[in-house]
Amino acid sequence: MNPKDCKYTKEHEWIKVEGSVATIGITNFAQEQLGDIVSVEFPKVGKEFSIGESLALIDSMKTTSDVYAPISGEILEINSELESRPELLNEDPYGEGWILKLNIKNPNELEDLMNAEEYEAHVEKEAEGA
Amino acid sequence: MKLIFEKSVSGRMGVTLPKPGVPKSDLNIPEEYLREDLNLPELSEIDVVRHYTSLSLKNFGVDSGFYPLGSCTMKYNPKINESIASFPGFRNSHPYQPEGGSQGALQLMYKLSNYLCEITGMDAFTLQPAAGAHGELTGLMMAKAYLKKKGEERKNILIPDSAHGTNPASSVGCGFDTIKIETNRKGTVDLEALAAAADENTAVLMITNPNTLGIFEKDIVNISKIVHSHGGLVYLDGANMNAMLGIVKPRDMGVDMMHLNLHKTFSTPHGGGGPGGGPVGVREFLKDFLPAPIIEKKKDKYILNYDVTNSIGRVKPFYGNFGVMVKAFTYIRMLGSQGLKDVAENAVLNANYLMRKLKEDYLLPYDVVCKHEFVISGENQKKDGVSTMDIAKRLLDYGFHPPTIYFPLIVKEAMMIEPTETESKQTLDEFADAMHKIAEEAKTNPDIVKSAPHITPTRRLDGVLAARKPIVKYKPSDSDV
Repeated sequence: MNPKDCKYTKEHEWIKVEGSVATIGITNFAQEQLGDIVSVEFPKVGKEFSIGESLALIDSMKTTSDVYAPISGEILEINSELESRPELLNEDPYGEGWILKLNIKNPNELEDLMNAEEYEAHVEKEAEGA
Repeated sequence: MKLIFEKSVSGRMGVTLPKPGVPKSDLNIPEEYLREDLNLPELSEIDVVRHYTSLSLKNFGVDSGFYPLGSCTMKYNPKINESIASFPGFRNSHPYQPEGGSQGALQLMYKLSNYLCEITGMDAFTLQPAAGAHGELTGLMMAKAYLKKKGEERKNILIPDSAHGTNPASSVGCGFDTIKIETNRKGTVDLEALAAAADENTAVLMITNPNTLGIFEKDIVNISKIVHSHGGLVYLDGANMNAMLGIVKPRDMGVDMMHLNLHKTFSTPHGGGGPGGGPVGVREFLKDFLPAPIIEKKKDKYILNYDVTNSIGRVKPFYGNFGVMVKAFTYIRMLGSQGLKDVAENAVLNANYLMRKLKEDYLLPYDVVCKHEFVISGENQKKDGVSTMDIAKRLLDYGFHPPTIYFPLIVKEAMMIEPTETESKQTLDEFADAMHKIAEEAKTNPDIVKSAPHITPTRRLDGVLAARKPIVKYKPSDSDV
């Protein structure tokens, strides 16, 4: 159920590449773990991030969680719809619940990310370990 | 029940003011600050008294029943604390009174600091911080000032993932970066992970001991050694001191600085009943960085010393929450050193007794002897579709305050239970019975758990809606206007 045309991180972000633009969100597993999401704190459009830095902050009924940059780049757009409807992150994490778009700075970084199959194996392993 | 605004009757008054005996003067308030739409409720005195009395009857506190909220030592507050804090000499004292007229108050603060030093092994305390997280910030500010004076720019605070959630927040608030240290399978700090993370950039390790799993960090001396060997400081979050009073001194664990929570360990009111008290204690080499003023004794006089060379400055107006200090002082004096030790022993005994009973029905992820609190998981019940949230709500029907839930984050479906020392075996058994019944219901009649609570003044509240679309201000509906 994790889309095949996305790449994934160990921290449960997905990234979808179209040309030089990457759309980023959190996976279905991530939203299940977070529970009901109540707000998202976004970065400013135009701000640059390096790989691994905290891009955004997600507040749920259980906890607060960072969204880490899967790759380096500049913020092109944020999904402002989430400001009034954070529930989209729970209901449609790969669609309407996308979080932001980045301008890809270093395409090489994409190679280290997981594909859907590798990510599912990672989730399974994490669930066993816990 | 109706809101106070909805009980308003146009023209009704609680107080009638006499006609002014002086001429009216114009306040010259600029037009833009004047409002016509405040819509304050109009009620008589008895309307107001009845409204708030009926609200207060809906409260649930430790005075009304068992309240096993873990991570926060919600203990019973002995009533003598209140009596002593109400002595006119304490109650009516004013912070602007000169030293000579405040000797009693200063003596109490001086003695309380000394008691806290004796209990923890620290060399000096400031009583200023108003709560635990405020104490954390104060401690970190001192660490920063100390490192700066040494000419070191260390950026990292190491924090085990079993620490209190406020630790990372205080670190970031103080301008540090945080590094998470993983917990091992025994529920304690992974020494290898710590050794790998500690280096010349380590400013402070913030450790909660016993940790939020209720487990004592038995390697604490080695943990401190690792941090010290890299030139870092060890900060103890002393919120769980209830498990260690009179048993072990933080100094002997290698702790350099720490805070205590008077409103947890020392029985002063907590939460909405506060205010709190988060004194910070330090070793001798950090004493000079304490917030000024510090209370000292010169011959037979108590004085406020503002001349603290490297002081980080005040962290609270005046001297902290004085009434709280009186209550903590009273608690310590009432129990004495043996009594404080009994507190820790009974708190630990009660927690272990309850943990063993609940283990029959609930998953115990870290099955070791616990300290003052323990964490069980609702994962067995989750298989029948009943969540920890449902179990917590069902407990309300049985007349108990639910434990802390979904914390610590490292345990799924967590329930964190701290019975405290004052609860009798009978109360613990009653609570265990209720938890057993709920576990049975989860198997035989899960719907009654999932739709709980049933007998409370309101049924299950929509917490998600309240968080997503909060209404924080009364808005009259059309019919009220």
